[in-house]
Amino acid sequence: MNVRILLSSLLLAGSLAAQVPFDRILRADREPHNWLTYSGTYKSQRYSTLDQITRDNVKNLELQWVFQAQYLDPYEPTPLVVDGVMYTMQGNDAVALDAATGRVYWMYRYTPSPDARLCCGRISRGLAILDGTLFMATVDAHLVAVDAKTGRPLWDVKVARAEAGYSITHAPLVIKDKVLVGSTGGEYGIRGFLAAYDAKTGKEAWRFNTVPGPGEAGHETWGGDSWKTGGGSIWVTGSYDPETNLTLWGVGNPGPDWNGDVRPGDNLYTCSVIALDADTGKLKWHYQFNPHNEFDWDAVQVPVLVDMDWQGQPRKLMLWANRNGFYYVLDRTTGEFLLGKNFVKQNWNVGFDEKGRPMMAPNTKSTYEGTLIFPGNQGGTNWYSPSYSPRTGLFYLSAWENTSSIFAKRDQEYVEGQFYGSGQPRSPHPRGIGMGMPRLAQPPNTRMDEENFSAVRALDPRTGERKWEFKMSNATDSGILTTATDVLFSGGREGYFYALDARNGELLWKVNLGGIVAMGPMTYAAEGKQYVAVNAGNSLFVFALRDE
Amino acid sequence: MRVITLCALVLLAGTLFAQHGAPRADVENGAMFYQRNCAVCHGPNGDVVAGVDLWSGKFRRVSTDSEIVGIMRNGIPDKGMPPANLTERQAEQILAYLRFEAAEAARIAALPGNPADGRAVFEGKGACLNCHRVGTRGSRTGPDLTDIGSQRRTPEELQRSILDPNADINPQNRFVYVVPADGKRITGRLLNHDAFSLQILDSEERLRSFQKSKLREFDFEKTSMMPSYQGKLTSAEIADLVVYLLSLKGITP
Repeated sequence: MNVRILLSSLLLAGSLAAQVPFDRILRADREPHNWLTYSGTYKSQRYSTLDQITRDNVKNLELQWVFQAQYLDPYEPTPLVVDGVMYTMQGNDAVALDAATGRVYWMYRYTPSPDARLCCGRISRGLAILDGTLFMATVDAHLVAVDAKTGRPLWDVKVARAEAGYSITHAPLVIKDKVLVGSTGGEYGIRGFLAAYDAKTGKEAWRFNTVPGPGEAGHETWGGDSWKTGGGSIWVTGSYDPETNLTLWGVGNPGPDWNGDVRPGDNLYTCSVIALDADTGKLKWHYQFNPHNEFDWDAVQVPVLVDMDWQGQPRKLMLWANRNGFYYVLDRTTGEFLLGKNFVKQNWNVGFDEKGRPMMAPNTKSTYEGTLIFPGNQGGTNWYSPSYSPRTGLFYLSAWENTSSIFAKRDQEYVEGQFYGSGQPRSPHPRGIGMGMPRLAQPPNTRMDEENFSAVRALDPRTGERKWEFKMSNATDSGILTTATDVLFSGGREGYFYALDARNGELLWKVNLGGIVAMGPMTYAAEGKQYVAVNAGNSLFVFALRDE
Repeated sequence: MRVITLCALVLLAGTLFAQHGAPRADVENGAMFYQRNCAVCHGPNGDVVAGVDLWSGKFRRVSTDSEIVGIMRNGIPDKGMPPANLTERQAEQILAYLRFEAAEAARIAALPGNPADGRAVFEGKGACLNCHRVGTRGSRTGPDLTDIGSQRRTPEELQRSILDPNADINPQNRFVYVVPADGKRITGRLLNHDAFSLQILDSEERLRSFQKSKLREFDFEKTSMMPSYQGKLTSAEIADLVVYLLSLKGITP
């Protein structure tokens, strides 16, 4: 760590005593020893200017401490760090630890209602903080404010009805005096939304329906009453652009997932990115990656905000690698489509029209017999946080290559609270060698590359052209972190946590942690020492350089 | 969303529709609803609750379809069976699935062939123990067949594996070869691999692990290690062998 950063961290630590006003989150890049919001900063680049760990010394990383979560579902939170205190989760328990030693200061235990229904595990991806208050969203669709010093709850509001399939798995996003959350439940026929709550009182400030009702723009894209069960979940934290006051979020699949016959139309704003005024929740623009999708391709990726030259002119951009296998560049002020290029094998898209609407290849409808589509149901990537390094100028993502699914629709009636998919994606590979959801106990991996593999891939953000890749023999659910020393950290289902040279993908260091990495690694500093933190299996592992 | 759990079941159902009359979509939906609503108590094979065998096609308390559907939806409160949140149509689909499983079990029970004669072929003329293991006998180099009869493989699939082993190699039974620095080629059954290493059971039954970066060469064996028995066994011997394999249900009878 350089002297300037060390000094600023000591000053901040001393004077502000863990008070995190909005201004600090806004300028989180100026205090890289902290990690103040889910994706590190509002731009969501997952790039840190900490520089103590370098390409040369990363091989000297050693384990400092472990937090073993008493929790058995996929362990996905990104911790926050504020002036030497780490805040993370254990299911829907919030935990405060000493960031240097891992000793627990307090734990707030929350017991979700047994009514909570989740397609894919009782998952929580992290907390948000504002001033001295933490915000935790729960799998039974509550939003809880917790005192960051004591772990005592301050308020608890019901955001939506858990018994109808609503739940919240993403880390909330704080903007100004509000806390933003959406709901998962795209496999339960929910009607999705993004809502903002007053951080002090828990009172709802605005709510944007991701599936518009009668009288709302976009309602005409839903035939009949299909909007009532239209899905449009939100389960990964969005980004914020203070210059335009827009908050950008990805929206999930339409419901039911695999049979579009019952929901004729484009089904806005499913499989879209939405840009909302952060004060009012009014829609400024949207871009739909997949109109009328039948492949469960939630567009819940993290919007990565980058200012760079585009065709010779400086431009405010949004970079996005989508579950549908395409890398996109949009103008984040207007939503204008600038580029769409596939980063994995795909067979559904034969191009884009002048407005960026994808042109579907022939015979790419879900059928009763089944239709083979690349990429598969889990996509070419998914919710795994990408990274952008201003130093290398490269965009990094976790990619699943050669995946496919046979999408078969069925007829199914909606029953509140029941799984509502109207179909079943099948693996084209007999007996389960396909890539599916993360598992706690992975079967032995005997797959061949031609069946599928995963990789960290580095793309030229201006063209989508691949610069390098680091291959793994199994899937990855890991996000990516880059640093000012051109070190890239990531992991995967093989159980390794590793460091690559961000310039060329060369392996610099690895350790077998014996459990899947299903979150984005993060970095922070405490008492002048840089740490990197990663979840593997059901524990949080924290590394730093060996003391000389 | 999680998709793998049901895939195997649906694939299995899919392979068998040629032999049964139930509408495929009903049985597939029924399999899905069974897994979500029934399997937690009744088990994946319908036989976990004492005295109840859902695959037998016989039910103790009821006989008509509408009565069975009624029990699924309303439960048997005094016997501890809770009601399930199912529509009548969904319960009917579960019933179609149960009937399908019962018909399949009856079909297997009526197959020609004698398991004792099949065992004699397996251990004698077929020399299957040279590579396979059943219980405590035989080699560990090939797939262990101790519970092959519980793995939901159809008689037709087993017969095909005997006559045409390359037709469908189970991904869990793949073989690889490696060439370490000493240049001596080693073949083994692949147990696991990752970006950096691979683990095998070699032809001498040794568990071995290799760093990929230190190997001169490694790759999958593209064809099965198992010889075809086409023309080597009579059709009666094949039939015996198939019913013997179907009788192998694991270490507990």
